[in-house]
Amino acid sequence: MYKLYTAVLKELRIMLRDKAALAVMFLMPVLLVVVITSIQNSSLKMINDNTVPMLVCNRDGGESSLQFIDALKKIGMFDLQKADSSLTDKQLTDSMHAKDALIAVVVPQGFSSALKSKSQNITGKALTEFGMSVKTEQDTVIRKTPPVAMFYNPVLQESFRLSVNGALKSAQQFTENRAVLQALYLSMSNKKLPDSLEQQILNNKSVITQIPTAKDGSRKIPNATQHNVPAWTIFAMFFIVVSLSTNVVKEKISGSSIRLKTLPTSFILNLAAKQITYIVVTLAQVLVIFSIGIFLFPYISLPKLVLPENLGSLFLVSIVCGWCAVSYGILIGVYAKSIEQAIGFGAVSVVILAAIGGIVVPSFAMPESLHLLMKISPLHWCMEAYNTLFLENGYVKNVLVSLFPILLIILIMQLVAVAGLKKQRLI
Amino acid sequence: MESAAIQISNLNFHYTENSGVVFKDFNLNIAEGERFGLLGPNGAGKTTLMNLMTGVLQANGGNIKLLGKEISEEKKVKKLFGFVPQHHSFYQELSPAENLEFFGAWAGLNRKEIKERTKELLAVLGLSNVADKPVSKFSGGMKNRVNLAIGVIHRPQILFLDEPTTGVDVQTRHAIVDYLKELNKAGTTLIYTSHHLTEAESLCTKVALIDEGKIIAQNDLQTLLQEHKQDGLEGLFLNLTGRSYRDS
Repeated sequence: MYKLYTAVLKELRIMLRDKAALAVMFLMPVLLVVVITSIQNSSLKMINDNTVPMLVCNRDGGESSLQFIDALKKIGMFDLQKADSSLTDKQLTDSMHAKDALIAVVVPQGFSSALKSKSQNITGKALTEFGMSVKTEQDTVIRKTPPVAMFYNPVLQESFRLSVNGALKSAQQFTENRAVLQALYLSMSNKKLPDSLEQQILNNKSVITQIPTAKDGSRKIPNATQHNVPAWTIFAMFFIVVSLSTNVVKEKISGSSIRLKTLPTSFILNLAAKQITYIVVTLAQVLVIFSIGIFLFPYISLPKLVLPENLGSLFLVSIVCGWCAVSYGILIGVYAKSIEQAIGFGAVSVVILAAIGGIVVPSFAMPESLHLLMKISPLHWCMEAYNTLFLENGYVKNVLVSLFPILLIILIMQLVAVAGLKKQRLI
Repeated sequence: MESAAIQISNLNFHYTENSGVVFKDFNLNIAEGERFGLLGPNGAGKTTLMNLMTGVLQANGGNIKLLGKEISEEKKVKKLFGFVPQHHSFYQELSPAENLEFFGAWAGLNRKEIKERTKELLAVLGLSNVADKPVSKFSGGMKNRVNLAIGVIHRPQILFLDEPTTGVDVQTRHAIVDYLKELNKAGTTLIYTSHHLTEAESLCTKVALIDEGKIIAQNDLQTLLQEHKQDGLEGLFLNLTGRSYRDS
């Protein structure tokens, strides 16, 4: 036990005297988590809380076009700004850039008259079907409704553009329905449809309640903090491979490993001491980064980190993820032949594993072709385990699904590392 | 009859199946209490032999015994000897006291023994005033003394020294050689390699000249010089191993 104690003490002393390594292990992840959460939080706010500026150029000016614009306004998604109806398409797009509007909509000339013609035609057909002979303009020439044009800034994401398209269609449909209803009422009663009745018929008061569901049945709304704090904590844990693998390589290059082999103590104990020390470091990283999320974030206008209720599971997941990161560091250290190799390969491989593992971009947003590759990244399984706790408030039984693959990866990495040490005649 | 500190019989060794044979049916006996010099040109096999005797490498055949115990009995044998490698094989970020604490514990000493030995060794080797400073800031000579202190912290009966004075000044070299003689007087068998032949002349009681994995001469120094009609070790060395480069 005394040997293990001196070995852990040795590792701690070496680590605490390396100021650059400490900065990489603690300062870098803190900066990353603050910066990335701030950026993502403002993006989410823009999409969720704000209206999108939209220029509206009404080249028609008729009643239906005004009703269409009114319907568009009532959707609540857009901040409508009126553009001069005399503007050409080119002038309108220039105006979009000048006014920072991502979208512009043009209601074409003849929109109202075409809609009126269409509604009267439909009314006539409907009344004929009912066996009522009422004179309508159904026999007149039906003009096709000229399409509403939407100009958009190419930076607009596909999904958001489709949402805008859906909103425009919905407004257009509402306008058409209103025109048909008014024409039908007029034909049948020779009176204008009263506003109160029109409101009752057209206004759809039914609402859809949207509820995020968690494994424990709770309904917490996930936010940028709940996603990013665990994600960048995992990244920080794995980034210790740079420091740990360098430590292992230094020991080999200096000849200390050979000297240890001549002493009456197993070299495996040295590896165990390294693992214990660095697992403690990963837990310290968790403590520091989570504390930033809990105590600092509210002061810089970011959502406060809400810890899962099951703190035992959180500790279990953290320790297993930390052990996985440490095993990876040992593995790189055993096979790297120089400090440069260990730093270069360690840092680049962690960034790649983070990218394919759903740390940088959430896994659901990644292309299908990368889903298989994603599963070989230990960071993916760590992320899944933390997501189960932070976003779904899961229990131990829920995180086991993710912990088993991590434990399997740890076992493989440890065995490969031991094989490497045997090949190098260090054990 | 003198008891043997080291008995090597019919030793065979090659690094890989495809590499050349380093030792074939190699035999060597070193008596207890000797100051034994293993000398030879670069690539002769001195360091490989030292690595085999300390268990860093495993032989492909034959037998190595240290004080009558098979080298394969690792736990018993490793307590008997100390090893001072050619390179500074310790932790540069730590102080001499911290290095001695770690290596002392791994050599099997308890906390109290380590404390006592650390104080004693640092004083003898002139490192007391820098005991708590990181070794990375030390000169080459000071690092060599730390390297030596680690090798002897557990009072080994046999001490293997692989070029212990490489790259140090005259003062440090003399201090190290004097300390090694003191250790030997106290009963420690020294097995020593070096390219520094005047130092070997001053330190060793017996020498073996190795070339291409074979012992080409072995005896006490004076007998060897008389047999080969040489005034010094350097003349003897060139006479037996020739003047051509060995590491090109």
